[in-house]
Amino acid sequence: MQQPKLSARGISLWFGEKQVLKDIDIGFQDRQITALIGPSGCGKSTLLRCFNRMHDRTPGVRLSGHCYLDQEDIYAKSVFVAAIRRRIGMVFQKANPFAKSIYENINYGLKINGVQENQRHELIVQSLKESFLWDEVQHELHKPAAQLSGGQQQRLCIARAVALRPEVILMDEPCSALDPLSTAKIEELIKNLKADYTIVIVTHNMQQAQRIADNTVFMYMGRIIEADTTPNIFNNATNELTSSYVHGKFG
Amino acid sequence: MKRKLLEYLEWGSLLMSTTAVCFFLVVILWDLASKGAGSLSWDFVSRFPENGMTSGGILPAIIGTVMLTVITAITAAPFGICCAIYLHEYAPDTPVTRLIRASIRNLAGVPSVIFGLFGLACFVQALHLGTSLLSAGLTLGLLSLPYIIVTSEEALHRVPVSIREGAWALGATHFEMVRDIVVPSALPGIITGIILAVSRAAGETAPILFTGAAYYINNPSFSLDQEFMALPYHLYMLSTQHQSVDLVRPLAYSTALVLIIVVLLLNLTAFYIRYKSSKDHATA
Ligand SMILES: Nc1ncnc2c1ncn2[C@@H]1O[C@H](COP(=O)(O)OP(=O)(O)OP(=O)(O)O)[C@@H](O)[C@H]1O
Ligand SMILES: [Mg+2]
Repeated sequence: MQQPKLSARGISLWFGEKQVLKDIDIGFQDRQITALIGPSGCGKSTLLRCFNRMHDRTPGVRLSGHCYLDQEDIYAKSVFVAAIRRRIGMVFQKANPFAKSIYENINYGLKINGVQENQRHELIVQSLKESFLWDEVQHELHKPAAQLSGGQQQRLCIARAVALRPEVILMDEPCSALDPLSTAKIEELIKNLKADYTIVIVTHNMQQAQRIADNTVFMYMGRIIEADTTPNIFNNATNELTSSYVHGKFG
Repeated sequence: MKRKLLEYLEWGSLLMSTTAVCFFLVVILWDLASKGAGSLSWDFVSRFPENGMTSGGILPAIIGTVMLTVITAITAAPFGICCAIYLHEYAPDTPVTRLIRASIRNLAGVPSVIFGLFGLACFVQALHLGTSLLSAGLTLGLLSLPYIIVTSEEALHRVPVSIREGAWALGATHFEMVRDIVVPSALPGIITGIILAVSRAAGETAPILFTGAAYYINNPSFSLDQEFMALPYHLYMLSTQHQSVDLVRPLAYSTALVLIIVVLLLNLTAFYIRYKSSKDHATA
């Protein structure tokens, strides 16, 4: 197998006294979609947030181990966190647009990352098209983002992340607050993004994982129990916990 | 049956307290308006006092209060906002930070006359600013500072973690996140807090008593290093210190009415800002 694009090596994480991640070892292949599944509270979001150092400013967090983007240690002292986050985008469970216009929501990331002014417009339009939002908003780009529907807001957040042309996109249950129609749109979008990006997506929806993911990782109580191709996880799981979870026996 | 009775009792007592509060508010305003409206006229707010304050207007006191308010806002707001941003966005959560925060809250409860004394000792005497508009403005600035810090910190606190994380995830540094996302979102709340703090300061008498307010000034220059007239102090003098208190009583009421209107206008501005921003930020 080729070198993974993004990987965790021996990651353990504590919130105060409580250990939430236990010696996590996992790699994500370039231009593949990997689904992270597991019962609520098993540490999926916590693991995902390790990859773009979202725990950095949370008080009481202790982390050991390493994360690598290509060969580069994400937690190395010499690393500029903002630069890593530009390369590893994130979409959150609840859409979190800024209190700015639709256009400015995307423009902001480009601006702070030093993209030339004359290239921004092009990128904004392109990312809106890639997020299937363009047709709906092209005539009202300067309207406040808060006036969009929940599904549109989430697609705007994806557009915002995609506009920076990151290498990896982390998604934490991006569809959990959306109706089936918006969910279908976003799944379509994720499948398209696969051509250019490495995608890691947390989901509680087993059907969704099977629809979109190439690989699936099953987590339980802070550990990775099994990681394999999606068909294998759902049909020929080697671990009993995995097969009973994916068949809805617990969780 | 018993629970229903209790509910009526609860509802009744709440309603009664609300009515009582509103009743006194209305009585006070009515009293002021009915006794003050008689001598309130365009001349009253646009002319200088005449004949030992028994006739003429209160223009210098209005100008004095407005200038004082502006100085208060200019001196207190930048420090207050910066302090709140530091405390809320940068300071680590240590015992020292918590002590500082508690001290600021306590400072907000210190009687205003103490600020007046401090202003006298610090600005008037130690810094040789004399009894002047500047000394009084700085004193009121100090008085407003704790309120501004507390309300600004609360406004910053209302900015959800989720949009902060959204900015980080796009590669914003902590400073960029604070400057571009947090402060703009919190700004309406911060401005509201500043206006309310300053409008409260505008009505204060004690802090300006020793630091620069004067009873009557012939040919006021309205410069920073001179004494000045101010509405609350003018009101205090008219109602207690004037040689013919009864004669100027209607003028005192009109002065009070003008002061209330000035403060009310400031408060309305604050409410308007809050109303507007709550409409702009309503999420779908
Ligand atoms: N900031 C925090 N402080 C303390 N404990 C936390 C914090 N965030 C998460 N935890 C704990 O860490 C554990 C893992 O949480 P995490 O959010 O990663 O779970 P999850 O797998 O994403 O669950 P869900 O599917 O419900 O989103 C939980 O037990 C949670 O209580
Ligand atoms: Mg989660």
